[in-house]
Amino acid sequence: MELILSIYEIPLINALVKIVMILVPLLLTVAYFTYFERKVIGYMQIRIGPNRVGPRGWLQPIADAMKLMFKEIIFPQNASKTLFIIAPIISIATALAAWAVVPFGAELVLAEINVSLIYILAMTSIGVYGVIIAGWASNSKYAIISTLRSAAQIVSYEIAMGFALVGVIMISHSLNIGDIVKMQSGSGVWGWYVWPLLPLFVIYFISGVAETNRAPFDVAEGESEIVAGFHVEYSGILFALFFLAEYANMILIAVLAALLFLGGWLSPFEQVEFLNLGASFLAGPSIIWLFAKTIIFMFLYLWFRATFPRYRYDQIMRLGWKVFIPITIVWIYVVGIMYYMELSPWFVRV
Amino acid sequence: MAEIRNYTLNFGPQHPAAHGVLRLILELDGEVVQRADPHIGLLHRGTEKLAEQRTYNQSIGYMDRLDYVSMMCNEHAYCMTIEKLLGVEVPERAQYIRVMFDEVTRILNHLMWLGTHALDVGAMTMFLYCFREREDLMDAYEAVSGARMHASYYRPGGVYRDLPDSMPQYEESQWHTRAQVEENNKNRQGSLLDFLHDFTERFDTYVDEYEQLLTNNRIWKQRLVDIGVVDAERAKQLGFTGPMLRGSGIAWDLRKSQPYEVYDKLEFDIPIGTNGDCYDRYLVRVEEMRQSNRLIKQCISWLRDNPGPVMSDDPKVAAPHREEMKEDMESLIHHFKLFTEGYPVPEGQAYCAVEHPKGEFGTYIISDGANKPFRLKIRAPGFAHISAMDEMVAGHMIADVVTVIGTMDIVFGEIDR
Repeated sequence: MELILSIYEIPLINALVKIVMILVPLLLTVAYFTYFERKVIGYMQIRIGPNRVGPRGWLQPIADAMKLMFKEIIFPQNASKTLFIIAPIISIATALAAWAVVPFGAELVLAEINVSLIYILAMTSIGVYGVIIAGWASNSKYAIISTLRSAAQIVSYEIAMGFALVGVIMISHSLNIGDIVKMQSGSGVWGWYVWPLLPLFVIYFISGVAETNRAPFDVAEGESEIVAGFHVEYSGILFALFFLAEYANMILIAVLAALLFLGGWLSPFEQVEFLNLGASFLAGPSIIWLFAKTIIFMFLYLWFRATFPRYRYDQIMRLGWKVFIPITIVWIYVVGIMYYMELSPWFVRV
Repeated sequence: MAEIRNYTLNFGPQHPAAHGVLRLILELDGEVVQRADPHIGLLHRGTEKLAEQRTYNQSIGYMDRLDYVSMMCNEHAYCMTIEKLLGVEVPERAQYIRVMFDEVTRILNHLMWLGTHALDVGAMTMFLYCFREREDLMDAYEAVSGARMHASYYRPGGVYRDLPDSMPQYEESQWHTRAQVEENNKNRQGSLLDFLHDFTERFDTYVDEYEQLLTNNRIWKQRLVDIGVVDAERAKQLGFTGPMLRGSGIAWDLRKSQPYEVYDKLEFDIPIGTNGDCYDRYLVRVEEMRQSNRLIKQCISWLRDNPGPVMSDDPKVAAPHREEMKEDMESLIHHFKLFTEGYPVPEGQAYCAVEHPKGEFGTYIISDGANKPFRLKIRAPGFAHISAMDEMVAGHMIADVVTVIGTMDIVFGEIDR
């Protein structure tokens, strides 16, 4: 026992253990998110969804993963093999690396860095290289079109998303996600940043949907137009990596929405005296609240997908540049005014 | 200076939005389509030629397989042409049954169109909602003909048999409990007419549901309004028919302009569009579903009150009764001759068209007096529509090509024949 504890004290081992503690649940969540997606959309579409593998289809994601792992990887003719393999690795690496700075509780964070928000933006931006390289290396016309679309789309929505986050930074005086959550505590639900930043919050989430290439912004892989887009030539585990990256990014966007705008792990019952929750677990901050809030956003992703038709590529661009970016800029000024007026409980001089 | 070439994209025949086997060669300037060149023939089965070696009745089954989402309407045009050549009168009840099933077919076709069109534009839930309703109509097909799709139900001189008095029931199984089965069988207790009546009562609310999801949806409108515009004059020149023509604002419907069967006795309206874009055609077709529902209701109430024969009594086309065949040698011989040799059709030529869900579907038969057609020509509405592909998509983006394919309601069975 002593030995195990002493090994755990070694910084490298310590970090590795933490990484595993984040990655394994994350990958499991991704796997079961796909199951959840198929089930939820299934019920929305008056059908049952997967129910054959294991009880109620619970083993379906495992079966899918096994299938993809053992499938042959087919390289298209004249494809650049190196780049073809590197592309999904970039995608998955950036998608997972972004999770390093995501805090799950006041002390629960792998890498406590002061610019974690910028780091996450940087990681998601690098992720687009995976898509670009994949499209280029595939030597496929559909993949090229998709690559162009997705590069343009991600770059433009990155701006809208960045501007939306500027509001958060202005309010909280911090780029550290942990600190941003802490700043939202103290006055219950009303302390959350979603209220003063409501338009930014909406834009942030919509941009997040666009950035992860999900419906109704899934022009990069719009199946009815360009079949599967940039990963049309991928099969087996390489395809699975793209798939994992996309879902890890979706969950990341959902977690960030919960952290930055909905008070992360803070309890919504924090200041509700009349419920007499006292010091019970419901009133205190806990990781369960973070998960609950995240799941709401994850569900929204699926709901969108089942409801909306797909935007056309130029319409997405117009929405990003002509609607979202101007609104975010205007609202940043509004935030400035609120800041000047010291609107409580959000704007307090530090 | 390097030569700048357009990007050529091969769209289909294996493509999720190719509606079967459409092969489009798209010349793109960036995302903008400069030229679209549809290639057809990948589903050519030689229906017209096949019909030349078969007796008239044997080709009815081929008609189902032309436009395989509006089966009975194809049969209808074919049977009408033969009747015209033979001069056979169709009993009124059979005419009502035909009209009722034509309208059932129209709803079937439009539901399929709506589902796939929405799926192409990205609203995938629509597809499954539409198929939920198609299921009931397919059951009606099955009840009357024994086949869910390729019915072969119409015959020159009437229809194969009268409407059934009972509907097939679901049975309890490993997967369906008694309670579920009872729930599913609830509307199947009466005759086919009761079953269809129950459907028509529900169907309007279903269409409301579809419209709620799409009609005022901003994305749906952005994707459809002003896409693939064809003005009225041009639509006529291109030979458009059906909803494609009506979407451009021309009130032309064979059911009104040259009524066949009993359409002149029934009340219905024909919706027309104004701009001739995809959105107008969408609205026209959705309204047509409601009108078809109205027509089915009228047919049901007439059919309930008026029993009678459903097949012409002309022994030339009608088989003798079973009972007669048991006793009467001549009847047996007649039956045998009718089903092996068929019947000769007097020399001449005839063209008959019906208002098919997709447009004017007509068959042109030249007879040399034999028991097989000398030549059969099928006028498929989709063929004229797909010819306008280049004109409709030029200058639009790739995503709009998919929308335009959807709005044309293309089915390759009839185009390639």
